[in-house]
Amino acid sequence: MSTRRDWPLWEVFVRARRGLSHVHAGSLHAPDAEMALRNARDLYTRRGEGVSIWVVKASDIEASTPDERDPFFDPAADKIYRHPTFYDVPEGVQHL
Amino acid sequence: MDTALFEYTGGLADDALVSAQRMGWWISRAPELEEDVALANIGLDQLGQARNLLTYAGEIEGEGRSEDDLAYLRDERYFRNVKLVERPMTDFGVAMARLLTFATYQLHLYRTLATGDLGERDETLAAIAAKAVKEVAYHVDHATHWVLRLGDGTEESHTRMQSALDAEWPYLEELFGPLDPVLTGRVADRSALRDAVLSDVRRVVTEATLSVPEVPPALGGGRDGLHTEHLGYLLAEMQHLHRSHPGAKW
Repeated sequence: MSTRRDWPLWEVFVRARRGLSHVHAGSLHAPDAEMALRNARDLYTRRGEGVSIWVVKASDIEASTPDERDPFFDPAADKIYRHPTFYDVPEGVQHL
Repeated sequence: MDTALFEYTGGLADDALVSAQRMGWWISRAPELEEDVALANIGLDQLGQARNLLTYAGEIEGEGRSEDDLAYLRDERYFRNVKLVERPMTDFGVAMARLLTFATYQLHLYRTLATGDLGERDETLAAIAAKAVKEVAYHVDHATHWVLRLGDGTEESHTRMQSALDAEWPYLEELFGPLDPVLTGRVADRSALRDAVLSDVRRVVTEATLSVPEVPPALGGGRDGLHTEHLGYLLAEMQHLHRSHPGAKW
């Protein structure tokens, strides 16, 4: 029997409705991008969760690693002036 | 009872029901988990169509038989599905060849029932069909993508996809049986769908670098309850639970 190559991994991003961003929904295996899109439709939108899907090959994603966490994220923590915490948020504002 | 409409609706229902049961065989057996889910979804779509159609067939008959009575308590001789859908489907190439041909047929059939040029359209069938059109359009799309990849893939996948097509092709003719004249203008005339369906399928087959089989049609008879030896086994498995425990519910 010939050796079987596994299908590559794809990351799936689903936009729940117009006006919202695509949000990472999970991952799946597929032989190519078109099939990945179809598999994503079956796996992640079968209960009406989405109006748009993106699929990205997992190997094409450049991700930060846990080792780099301190230099990447810590410097932001002590700069209070970067956070809009000095404003009163009017009531009824949802997406801020 | 409107016998012609009962038989016609029963044929549509049994095609979908038997096809769904065959599709269910693939659950846990597809090449990848993702394809498992896709085929299960497709089978469930078909089962949903069958349920609506069987319920309507029971209403036409007017003897109080429910969808379950019709699905689980009829014997093989009373099933009206074509032989195309009842034969074993345990090869992935065969599964995709069958889905491509059957779903393309269903797409044209349901479209005609829902929005075709019908003077005295049957409104219930039209409503059931209108809901199913989007489902089967996706089934066609799924099968098309696989047939293109397998046909135009490796030498091995090409050979196997071609033999799958060759095996299914003789059974296509039975889909396009003549319409009972009393139903003219009320439902889709399946014999009139032949050219459109075959031309759609041929386009995919050719694009997949496969050849359109030139084979004589197989003997029909499914619409009259004359089936291959395979349907009995399928029904035994499908009906066993309901017959052993009548009215069993989840």
